This record gives sequence, structure tokens and C-alpha cells, in this order.
Amino acid sequence: MLGLDFSQVDWNEIGTATLDTLRMLGASALFSFIIGLPIGVLLYMAARSTSGFVRFGYSILSFIVNILRSVPFIILIVAMIPITKSIVGVSYGVLGTIPPLVVGAAPFFARLVETALNEVDKGVIEAAHAMGSSTSQIVWRVLLPEARPGLLAGMTITIVTLVSYTAMSGQVGGGGLGDLAIKYGYYRYETEIMILAVVLMIVLVQLLQMAGDRLVRHFTRK
Amino acid sequence: MIELKQLTKQYGKAGRMTTALSGLNLSIEKGEIFGVIGHSGAGKSTLIRCMNLLERPTSGEVWVGGVNLTSLGKKQLQAERRKIGMIFQHFNLLSSATVYDNIAFPLRLIKTSKADIERKVSELLNLVGLAEHRDKYPSQLSGGQKQRVGIARALASDPEVLLCDEATSALDPQTTDSILRLLLDINKKFNLTIVLITHEMHVIQSICDRVAVIHQGGIVEQGPVTEVFLKPKHEVTREFIRQEMDNGDALRLALQGQDGSSSQAVQITFLGSKTYESILSHTVHETGVNFAILQGTISTIKETPYGQLIVRFEGSKGAIEDTIRRLLDQGLDVEVIH
Repeated sequence: MLGLDFSQVDWNEIGTATLDTLRMLGASALFSFIIGLPIGVLLYMAARSTSGFVRFGYSILSFIVNILRSVPFIILIVAMIPITKSIVGVSYGVLGTIPPLVVGAAPFFARLVETALNEVDKGVIEAAHAMGSSTSQIVWRVLLPEARPGLLAGMTITIVTLVSYTAMSGQVGGGGLGDLAIKYGYYRYETEIMILAVVLMIVLVQLLQMAGDRLVRHFTRK
Repeated sequence: MIELKQLTKQYGKAGRMTTALSGLNLSIEKGEIFGVIGHSGAGKSTLIRCMNLLERPTSGEVWVGGVNLTSLGKKQLQAERRKIGMIFQHFNLLSSATVYDNIAFPLRLIKTSKADIERKVSELLNLVGLAEHRDKYPSQLSGGQKQRVGIARALASDPEVLLCDEATSALDPQTTDSILRLLLDINKKFNLTIVLITHEMHVIQSICDRVAVIHQGGIVEQGPVTEVFLKPKHEVTREFIRQEMDNGDALRLALQGQDGSSSQAVQITFLGSKTYESILSHTVHETGVNFAILQGTISTIKETPYGQLIVRFEGSKGAIEDTIRRLLDQGLDVEVIH
């Protein structure tokens, strides 16, 4: 079939690469969410502040987020090598790719959080103010629960974006399916492995997207 | 209970200011249902939102329950706001929370125990008649049911005042009436002070004790509803009442073609128990004047019956004057209109 021969494929290598991808994804998604969520909330709150000083802070934070989002990921990896080393000790392998993945994805996720929070009905927030809620009560009891479907959708988009980022991190010997596809398929013309790696990544993205959509639907009450 | 002193609210930057309220004074008594009526843009929404400082007035003071809200810090204001319930035109319920959790919201803000929440919320669910809907989400409820949840939520923290921001404007007439009845019930049951703003005279007529008419950021007329409704002074007030009674054209037609020498059109207003007495019939019997009814209403304002008749008396000038005098003597209000 198409002259492809899958008998020579080293399934062990495929398995290791898949696990590496999952590990990179899991860790980088987790940290991106943990860091991106508060930044997103901060962006949302700062934009609405009555204090000119805080709104100035918003423009600065927003500017930093935009910069991080516009740097091509491949350049971010290289530029971050010293920082990555100081955080996780190495700048290669699965561990070495996680800091650049997080720095690449957290600002992206923060923007998605801000967008999701913007969608929350202003009237509900006003009602919470009228009931005597403090700012933190409004964040925890109104904004985040009301924005939950939007936040879950944002998480799904972020994690899917991270799948393609992990593929690029193969450039620094990051390992994983993307690395495999480039190393074997692109440099060594072993088309079979490249196809397999790409197919696995497609399946991964499909599964993640489906799971995400499910969660969003489950929590949508409108 | 609520005292607004020299309240002014302006929007926008210097040079392009719009004034929503200009030096407005208002005093609302404990336990009364006070209505504010005005056209959209008259400033009524700003007015009610100033009462719990959702909008901060540019100048002036807001006193609720003896506390000057405008002088409070953030924390103290939050505490005071818990004593002021509010319901909204678009209900503003948490879409991600069930009916139960929506009503429990204000209680959880002050860390009430689970058992107390359960007891209080069940009580409120029964009060507003939604006991069987406790686990539904707002999207599964009708507009009237959503407003009932809003009312239960507003009552959860045992407020002294309930602010209603166009609370029935998004509801159909039947649902409006049932919500108004509920408001009247809780006003009596808990001696709760209710302030409501609306653009519908019908709402004012149904449940309010006193009314203020707001126009261009100021109050142009206020007083007991019976007085303002039956003897409106300001043109804006008349306009609202005309809408409710819809009597303009029909009356003009009825008044046409009279010679005026042997007939006289008058408006007679009955109030309270006099509404159902046969005063008019007795009087004309005694004076020998005949009358034709041109227009009439017999209805209630809150729970006070009233009647307003426009009649044309026919007879000698002296007899008609005598009739009018006798009617006035018996406590009716008579106004000559033609």
C-alpha cells in the first residue's frame, strides 16, 4: 500500500515518544493554567478599575502579555535557554521544554481567561455587589463559576495549541512525537514513522478537543 | 428609612457632562411602598442605584436606616448593603447555580452554617412558591419564576429595605400582577420598606402608598398615590395617568356640541367607602337635576376603592350649582370641566 512498510517500525520508540509528549503536555498545561488563570483575572479586574494608576498597570501587563504572545515559539525556546537551565537544571529533554512551553502558553491562556470573564453578565456582578460581596467573593463565587464553560473552552484551545508547541520543541532535543516525526521522517526519510507520529498527534488533538467540548457542554447552563 | 439629600449625579468628563440627577431630595418612611415613576432617561434608574451606592452620586448624601452610606469605607459599605435587598429587571441570577444556591448566595457571603442556610432557604422557597424547583437552573424557569428567585435571594439576608429596579418591566401583565401581589405580601408580613421604580402607572396604582414623579433629574410631584393619581398637578404626571385611563379622545367627543346654558360637565371623584354609596343619585333626586355619564372608572388604588365619573348635569343654572355644592358638602371632589 503506497509502498509503505510498517514492519520496520520500532514500536518501543513510538511508545516512548507518545509518553514523552503526554508528559510535556500534562506538565506544561498544568503550569500554564496555574499561572495564566490569575493573570487573566488580574487583566479583567485591572481593566475595570476606577483608579487610573491600576488601569496604567493594566496597559503594562497587557503589553507584556502581547510581547510574549508575538515571539515565535521556536525563538522563545532558544532565547530562554539560560532561564530554563536555572529553573529546571537542563535546557534539553522533556524537562527542558517545559519552561518555554509554559512561558509560551500561559499568556495565551491568560487572554482566553480575560475573554471568558468579559462574557460574564454584568448584571450578575452588579447583583453580587448589591448583596455586599467583597472583591474576592466576586471572583470566586461569581466570575469563575459563571465563566466556567468559557474557561474550559480556553483550556481546551490552550492544550491543543500546546500539542503543536511540543512538536517544535523537538528542535532542542525535547523528545516526543513531533521530535520523532522530524528526526525520522524529515531528516532520515523514514516516512512510515513520520506518518505514524503525525497520525498519533492528530488522534491526540481529536481526543483532547472532544473531551473539552464535552466538559463545556456539561457545564453550560444557558 | 431612606433619606436622599441634595443628590446630584453627573456623567462624563468636564465640558461634556450629562446630569442624571440634580439636587434631588427624597424621604421614604419605614414600612411603606414607595414608587418612583418616570420616562426612560428621567433618572429613575440612577436614583434607585444611588440608594445602595451601585452608583456613587457626584454630590449629596444617601442615608439608609440612619447610616450615611456616602461616608462609609469599602468594608462598612459591604456590611450595610447586606441590609438592602435588590431585585432587577433582568433578574441577574447566577446562571451556573441552582435556585437553591442562588437564594443561598447572600447567606454564604457571611459564612452562615449549612443547617441555617438549609432552614432559611427552604422557608424562602415556600414563601415565593418555588419549593419544587429548588434544584433547577435559572434557564429552566419562566420569567416570573426567575423574579421569585430574585425576591427570595433579596430577602435571604433579612433586609430592612427592598429596592426594585423595574422588577416587572420584563414580565407579561399577568405575571406582573402576581409578582406585585407577592411584594405587597412581604411588605405586610415583614414590615419591609419597598422602593420601586417603574414607567408603568399600573404598578404604582396596584401596590404603592406614595409616589414621586421624576422628570429631567428632579422630582416634579410627590404624595400619596390617591392624591397624585386622582388630582395630578404636573403635566408629566397627567400624561402617565392618561396612558393608564386612555380617556383623551373619547371624552373630547362626548363634550362636543354642548350649548353650555342649561348643562354643565363635571368630574366627580369618590374615594374610599364613598365609592360605593349612592350619593350622586340621592343628590340629583333632591335638586331635580338630570345627568348623563360621559365617562367613568371605578377601581382601586392599592386597596383603596375610588371612582371617577365625568357627568353632564342638565337643568337650571341654579339647580346645577346647588347640586355641585351638595356633592362637595358630602366629601366628594367636584371639578367643573366645561
